Amino acid sequence: MAATTPLEPSLAAPSGLLASRPRLPRWAVPSTIGFSFALSAVVLFLADSLTIPAVVALTVVLYAVAISVWSLRVEGTRYAADRTATTVVTAAFGIALIPLISLLWTVLQNGARVINFTFLNTNMVGVYGEMTEGGIYHAIWGTILITLAATAISVPIGILTAIYLVEYGRGALARGVTFFVDVMTGIPSIVAGLFAFSLFTLLFGPAFRAGIMGATALAVLMTPVVIRSVEEMLRLVPNELREASYALGVSKARTIFKVVLRTAIGGIVTGVMLAIARVIGETAPLLLTVGLAADMNWDLFEGRMATLPVFAYRQYQQGGIGVDRAWGAALTLIAIVMLLNIIARLIAKYYAPKASR
Amino acid sequence: MSKRIDVDDLNVYYSDFLAVEGVSMNIEPKAITALIGPSGCGKSTFLRTLNRMHEVIPGARVTGKATLDGEDLYGPQVDPVAVRRHIGMVFQRPNPFPTMSIADNVLAGVRLNSKRLSKSQAEETVETSLRGANLWNEVKDRLDRPGSSLSGGQQQRLCIARAIAVKPDVLLMDEPCSALDPISTLAIEDLMHELKSDYTIVIVTHNMQQAARVSDRTAFFNIAGTGKPGKLIEMDDTTVMFSSPREKATEDYISGRFG
Repeated sequence: MAATTPLEPSLAAPSGLLASRPRLPRWAVPSTIGFSFALSAVVLFLADSLTIPAVVALTVVLYAVAISVWSLRVEGTRYAADRTATTVVTAAFGIALIPLISLLWTVLQNGARVINFTFLNTNMVGVYGEMTEGGIYHAIWGTILITLAATAISVPIGILTAIYLVEYGRGALARGVTFFVDVMTGIPSIVAGLFAFSLFTLLFGPAFRAGIMGATALAVLMTPVVIRSVEEMLRLVPNELREASYALGVSKARTIFKVVLRTAIGGIVTGVMLAIARVIGETAPLLLTVGLAADMNWDLFEGRMATLPVFAYRQYQQGGIGVDRAWGAALTLIAIVMLLNIIARLIAKYYAPKASR
Repeated sequence: MSKRIDVDDLNVYYSDFLAVEGVSMNIEPKAITALIGPSGCGKSTFLRTLNRMHEVIPGARVTGKATLDGEDLYGPQVDPVAVRRHIGMVFQRPNPFPTMSIADNVLAGVRLNSKRLSKSQAEETVETSLRGANLWNEVKDRLDRPGSSLSGGQQQRLCIARAIAVKPDVLLMDEPCSALDPISTLAIEDLMHELKSDYTIVIVTHNMQQAARVSDRTAFFNIAGTGKPGKLIEMDDTTVMFSSPREKATEDYISGRFG
């Protein structure tokens, strides 16, 4: 053996050099979890406070302590630190998920009871008191129309500003724009609502109400988000592609629109969708500007409009059957946002640069 | 198709910093001119001034004269975009457009300039350009696959095909083989030999053997020290440069005794 494969003995000789301390067996983690769970159940039962949250919390704490101590004993400090960190990170993830899942569950439970075809397909004309008729048809379309109008205003401004900042902007003007975009990102939504309210009051007089007012307020909130995300995406496009295009005798404008934007389109769509998701649930600026209507209003430029957030707010205020309608409206809103997210992902995937292999 | 470039006393500045000083050279048509020299000596910078690609960097500017068949490249009426249409460029790292297929990459220069192409014209351009870049046989069955699906050497030949698809007069190559393996390098060098019958080629290379193998004329750039401008030391036929250069610095660099 040693004669035919002379390398083997020399490698095998210092056998202790690479050997480490023993590891915990594979069943260590599940068994410790099981043990911690059983122990905390018993302890809490004896203490007469057996509830699911308490058991889970105590199990996590017991598990963290037990696995760390055991690992320290057997595996040494590095593996023990690794196991402790893994436990902490996983627990933090779990804690972060609690409000999300709880919220989704509550909305689903309360909203699903109300939602049916009639609810989605009627408006609130002639519905009063404790009548169970009525629905959110007008509010769904109001939300969609106003958000679309806001998108139509803010996306061109946002993309062009981002192009200026990335491709042209130098010196004081670019720095100023960046600064004010940052400031705008922090504007409270009610301030955006007041801005739109005063703008249209100045232009069209005090009693003017129209969907476009709300869209303007939402666009004020949306634009900085669009600028920021598009800017990030454009900066990710490698300079080599711009140079490749210039070297082919393509002008800068064409390079930007046909190479840079085209390469970044997936990220831009995602950014725009996130910006929409950010404003579609805004209540305060819409309450202030477009108010609420019982009937469907297709005209963005005349009269009050219903929107899902404002509808939910008013129905909840009214109490009784209104609370159920509010949950239904909330669930519909979440469904619309999720639908938008899925569409964004599909578009991003379709336009993404093809995988390299 | 191929045209000559004459450069007279060209200085390149980045803002106030003089990067390349006093270059005068004649680049012959239908020949390969190699630019060699140590890193940072300004040969890539000089190459980029030949199709005004240096203007992409803010603050970069040029004094002196450079002409393409007698026409001033820096004349007041001259559009840099038009210059680049006549003087194409291939870069160090292959950079096909990631959103485009192989065929679309070849057509990029034509399409991005919004020229309309009939289907047959497009197919013809794709085939002649890819044949010109010695890539046709390897990719003819997968022209609609993304350009990034090719190997590094194939991508570089795709970039050459893309550059010659717009029918330039001059082809500038900035270390086109430094990211490639020896076999792909050989393929590109063979290709350069073939392209030379139609184009004026200028190549920057760090590989002295490559300069000796492919070029007809060689120019040696050097730099006196950091912060000093790069200069053209001497330029001659490649055989002369590699056997009996006039300057001591050239001989030291070519034989590996320098620094």
